Amino acid sequence: MIEFQLNGKTVSSESPDDTPLLWVVRDELKLKGTKFGCGIAQCGACTVHLDGTAIRSCVTPVSAAAGKSVTTIEGLDSAAGRALQAAWVDEQVPQCGYCQSGQIMQAASLLARNPEPSDEEITTAMNGNLCRCMAYTRIRRAIRAAAKEA
Amino acid sequence: MAIKLAGRSAPLALDRRAFLVGTAKAGLVMSLGAVLPGCSREQAAEDMAAGDMSRSFSPTVWFVVDAEGGVLVNIAKAEMGQHVGTALARVVADELGADWNRVSIKYVDSDPKWGYMVTGGSWSVHTTWTMLSQAGAAGRTVLCDAGAKMLGVDPADCIAADNEVRAGDRAVSFAEIVQKGDIGRTFTEEELAAMPIKDASERRLIGKPTTARDIPPKSRGEAVYGLDTELPGMVYAHPMLPPTRYGSTIRSIDDSAAKDVPGYRQTLEIDDPSGKIQGWAVVVADTFPAAMKAAKAVAIDWEPGPTAEVAEADLLAEGEKLCADYSKGTLFVDDGDAPAARAAAAETLSGTYRTSTALHFTLEPQNALIEFDDEGVCHVHAGNQWQSLIIPDLAKALEIGEDRIVLHQYYLGGGFGRRLYGDQMIPAALAARALGRPVKLVFQRPEDSRFDCVRSASVQRFDASFDADGALTGIEHAAAAGWPTLAMAPGFLGDGVDGNGKFDPFSINGADHWYTLPNHRVRAINNELAQQTFLPGWLRAVGPGWIGWGVESFMDEVAQKLGQDPVEFRLALLDAAGKNAGTAPQSVGGAARLAAVLRDVRERSGWGRELPDGEALGVATSFGQERNMPTWIACVAHVAVDPGRKAVTVKKLWQTIDCGTVVHPDGAMAQAEGAALWGVSLALHEGAQFENGQVKQANLDAYTPLRMADVPELDIRFIDSTEMPSGMGEPPLIPVAPAIGNAVFAATGVRVRDLPIRLG
Repeated sequence: MIEFQLNGKTVSSESPDDTPLLWVVRDELKLKGTKFGCGIAQCGACTVHLDGTAIRSCVTPVSAAAGKSVTTIEGLDSAAGRALQAAWVDEQVPQCGYCQSGQIMQAASLLARNPEPSDEEITTAMNGNLCRCMAYTRIRRAIRAAAKEA
Repeated sequence: MAIKLAGRSAPLALDRRAFLVGTAKAGLVMSLGAVLPGCSREQAAEDMAAGDMSRSFSPTVWFVVDAEGGVLVNIAKAEMGQHVGTALARVVADELGADWNRVSIKYVDSDPKWGYMVTGGSWSVHTTWTMLSQAGAAGRTVLCDAGAKMLGVDPADCIAADNEVRAGDRAVSFAEIVQKGDIGRTFTEEELAAMPIKDASERRLIGKPTTARDIPPKSRGEAVYGLDTELPGMVYAHPMLPPTRYGSTIRSIDDSAAKDVPGYRQTLEIDDPSGKIQGWAVVVADTFPAAMKAAKAVAIDWEPGPTAEVAEADLLAEGEKLCADYSKGTLFVDDGDAPAARAAAAETLSGTYRTSTALHFTLEPQNALIEFDDEGVCHVHAGNQWQSLIIPDLAKALEIGEDRIVLHQYYLGGGFGRRLYGDQMIPAALAARALGRPVKLVFQRPEDSRFDCVRSASVQRFDASFDADGALTGIEHAAAAGWPTLAMAPGFLGDGVDGNGKFDPFSINGADHWYTLPNHRVRAINNELAQQTFLPGWLRAVGPGWIGWGVESFMDEVAQKLGQDPVEFRLALLDAAGKNAGTAPQSVGGAARLAAVLRDVRERSGWGRELPDGEALGVATSFGQERNMPTWIACVAHVAVDPGRKAVTVKKLWQTIDCGTVVHPDGAMAQAEGAALWGVSLALHEGAQFENGQVKQANLDAYTPLRMADVPELDIRFIDSTEMPSGMGEPPLIPVAPAIGNAVFAATGVRVRDLPIRLG
């Protein structure tokens, strides 16, 4: 059994150690906001925070979370996180929406490290997150707006 | 459900006829409403169950006004990022006079009462515009009549606005009318068709800024997609795909190693009576991680099908051979006598254009959760774009009636045409029945790519003829590809203009362009090798998405040969004469509107200005998905080619778009932005190859759609218009690749002929 903090609460998983954290969060702990896209850490739809840093949960074994703190879109409660979610609505970012939990978690990680990123820094931080609807200009605009707000 | 296609301009006409069926069904429901006045059949049943016969008002199946004044609009379209629910509900609400804040939307499950269910072709707003406007107007009429009676005034003195009926300074709310008013009223189809629709100047919601209803849940991780659904007692199934789409058979299955995987249950060979699923097995496990692990451990020996060695180059070579043979194909356009013009020509110019296989790559992989209820009804939980296509196939596979199958709709994690077909539902349903419990089948990415219904590799050949004075006398155009409609919906094939043969309109639309040519012939050719090797699919912008690459690149070649400016050359051909004059209501103005957007984008892009070495502008136009539903677009691309002439960078794209009335302006802009970037992605970043009968680039380590770093500046403008709305989900994609290619030519003198574009 592996114990970790999930959105501030202690949880435990009965899954084998090598089970990707993504499936533990989604199917065992029933938080479906984190998505499955490519399975090889290249689309970013599965992005969550592990001790505050954005990671790809599809390739992170649940054992790596033991004793640590995991935050998902459902538990994103930082000032920057709230500002991002509000900006996502203000800028009307999502189209199909499937990648957006991961985009927001990636952006929240960026703003936690760098509260006033330049456009280049935004692009560098976000380039690993694929938006198949290609709402990229709005994603960038929303991050800029949230950075001003937070 | 199959509807025969008559005539060559049929895809849209057919879709409209399908919608008329839907309207007829609505009329039918309303006539049943005469038994229980003012109620739909469904609502009436609910009301009877609740012991309340007058609780709500539902003059058509499309919406319900409840006793508190809440307006629920039923959306029979798939929500896949186009915010279609918001757009359609605003059409209804505007006519009804509803307060937008009291309007909610519901994405409905499959039911015959909704008529033919399909979401694609950028059709939704265009094809439901009249029907939903009339439905809203019917509601307004009843509410005004009943409200007038309650106020003791003439209905002619009443207006409906903000959820109330007003006469001067007096008003009665929709809620009060539904509670107490005389709303027992039904309409025939003819009466509905005669409903007075508001003048554009009276609209309060259509064309006004608003926010999309699906965006807040999608910004909080709360939107529920097909992949997010669960049922008690369900097991997971992982597909085991054969080496070819068709004709492979399983020789043996060895799952001995999988038995060590905790949670592994069994491997099921799929025997599909519909014949759609050939040579598949599914690995069944208690959890998806266990299914993934077990799938790696199961060894299956297949007898491969006949296309197990086909490569991308074979598909293209076959296409080139077919296009070069003037006897091949079905005539799609045959104006004048283009072969005679060629025979008499003093000079000719030929150009060949190719596109590689392209993937949908919906970020949500294909999946389906299936449960049979106690009555044996098959419940499918999955996002889907074409319920009316997959239900008959499921019925054949399960050997049950279509009325025993219900598709439950969810948000789609990307559609782009991939979810027009629900082939993954078939093995999931067969497994669920065999196992006697709910089955959730999930593709991993490599399976999703390998058995995507890809956009077929394509080849187009153009032959232009010129007379002794150098004037253009004719163009012949041949286009060869795998045909999705032949594979999946052959009832929608069109008939050749000379009465010979069939064509896939979704693999040739766009070739019937609005340029006036003295002689013009288009041959649509099925690439049978492609057809046998894979299941060709409809991918965003569909036929015009690759046809436009050839048409607009060759237009530039001809302009260059004639020594004319590419914009002036096009404008001269856009004379709006004869068949290009346009037809009311869908294409009023015809080619003149295409000329207008072209002039506008020429002005805005600073066409003709000096640029640094290696940089240039290129132009292209598009009329969207179909002649019968034109979205008029002109596009200019500003491209930079590096000094080594290897890398192409798109610095900026301008588009001017005339799609008639814009119902949801920000939603339309979002579609334009996304589609334009899809155009860049397909032009420069996305290309797959068949290798050994399979898609080689199965994941993002090899298939590389556009990322944030690749995004050019976008400058998109919509023309103000009150004409009938056309489609917006796909058309802005179409002119981007040829505009880029034409800019590359202007910058380098090198004519690019292949998508994706690879220099050097």
